[in-house]
Amino acid sequence: MRRSSGDKLRDALGLGGFSFDNARRNQVLALKGHMIPKARKTGTTIVGVIYEGGVVLGADTRATEGDTVADKNCEKIHYIADNIWCCGAGTSADTESTTALISSQLELHRMSTGKQPRVVTACTMLKRMLFRYQGHVSAALVLGGVDCTGPSLYTVYPHGSTDSLPYVTMGSGSLAAMAVFESEYKSKMTLEEAKALVHAAIMAGINNDLGSGGSVDMMVINKDGNTPLRNYDRPNLRKFRQDYIFPRGTATILSEKFTPLSSLVTIETETSAMQVS
Amino acid sequence: MDFDRSRFVDRELLDPARVMEGAHGGYGRSHGGIHVENGTDNSLDFLKNPVDLGTSIMAVAFKGGVILGADSRTSTGVYIANRVSDKVTSVDEKIYVCRSGSAADTQAISDYVTYYLDMHRTQYGKPPKVQTAASYFRELCYHNKNNLTAGIIVAGWDAAKGGQVFSIPVGGALLERPYAIGGSGSTYIYGFCDAYFKPGMTREQCEEFVAKALSHAMARDGSSGGVIRMAIIDENGVERKFIPGNKLPYGPL
Repeated sequence: MRRSSGDKLRDALGLGGFSFDNARRNQVLALKGHMIPKARKTGTTIVGVIYEGGVVLGADTRATEGDTVADKNCEKIHYIADNIWCCGAGTSADTESTTALISSQLELHRMSTGKQPRVVTACTMLKRMLFRYQGHVSAALVLGGVDCTGPSLYTVYPHGSTDSLPYVTMGSGSLAAMAVFESEYKSKMTLEEAKALVHAAIMAGINNDLGSGGSVDMMVINKDGNTPLRNYDRPNLRKFRQDYIFPRGTATILSEKFTPLSSLVTIETETSAMQVS
Repeated sequence: MDFDRSRFVDRELLDPARVMEGAHGGYGRSHGGIHVENGTDNSLDFLKNPVDLGTSIMAVAFKGGVILGADSRTSTGVYIANRVSDKVTSVDEKIYVCRSGSAADTQAISDYVTYYLDMHRTQYGKPPKVQTAASYFRELCYHNKNNLTAGIIVAGWDAAKGGQVFSIPVGGALLERPYAIGGSGSTYIYGFCDAYFKPGMTREQCEEFVAKALSHAMARDGSSGGVIRMAIIDENGVERKFIPGNKLPYGPL
């Protein structure tokens, strides 16, 4: 298979990144009945809502591998910039590396322009990248933040399309969460109202969607900065745990041996003045 | 020696025939990433589908201007991803497009054309013609037809020829029309439009034509619905209009 010029450039520079060299081979193998290894997908509920003066993002914390819960308390709200954060659904490797890549590019952009980055800029960078990979990078994102134009909120689909809306949901729990938004949302909410709404939407995902679960993570972004609310609510904590207390001397000491450290290393005590010139 | 084109990204960007070259997945269009072959869980497969603009769109030229209209439904499979989307997109001050097909593809194409028209305006120092915009769209849609699903209606106003409507269906043809309809919903209203349209309608008559035609398309097509968004463009600029979903002029004439 002919490799694209982008791959060669990346190899020449020793950079990491996405490679689809074996995509076609794997497709043929799958047709012949070979099992294709599955990537860790995050069956997810992620949401975002705009309130008066800012944005509240929310996410559940379950990561799954097929029917197994791989992580009960993972983080799905990713850093893009201090004023821009991004919830990720889809393949967790893809959401993490995609957001990290755009975050890095946006930081360089911030340093060269000397201005706080805008949310549309991050959105455009994400959609261009995802469109270029034609949906093979499965990252479904909720992008939110505050910039000189005020609060803004976007959804970015794996194929590179974007929507801008006052309230958005994504992931397998998006239907449950959207049901809450469609019935409870109102314009010009206060911060407390927005937090309660996002909490309710994520709880709907946790309770009604198999792919979602764990705790509620939230992120508040407004012109005063960002407030991470990691594990804002933990509805699924272990209710009971046996405490094991072992009395001193439970383990019998069979032998003791001391080796002074000074016999293994040489310690230089002599110091000399620093030379300047 | 193999030519490393990635170093000439900027030049490549200016050539409409080549903008899709860097894109992967050239071996037929893969719809939606990894497929679960054993079919253990496909209940949420629609969430992995590409976002589609199952759509009703249309544009009509009248004396001195043009009207574009569209429904507002964007769906991924059976789920409505956005019920208030704006498929009437600006590519220049007085040139707009109605988008149908893949949301990702049509957004990307529109972004490219917006950029080309900006460059065109800068180089020639005057607003581009509608024909120019339509040609850029045709160039992109025709040369990349194997990788794109995009049915586009370009319409706008320019000083040379006034209001104009161009239709670019999926293959990448370019057709100038007195009016154009498109998207999945358009199939339900070909008869209506044939019967209703007559040349030389006023602006108000055209507005009513668009609203009525789209309302009937949205009523019969499951992939269309929501509200109607319109853009009315003439010499003086653009006016955006909006008809909410409970005020659609659907019913007997």
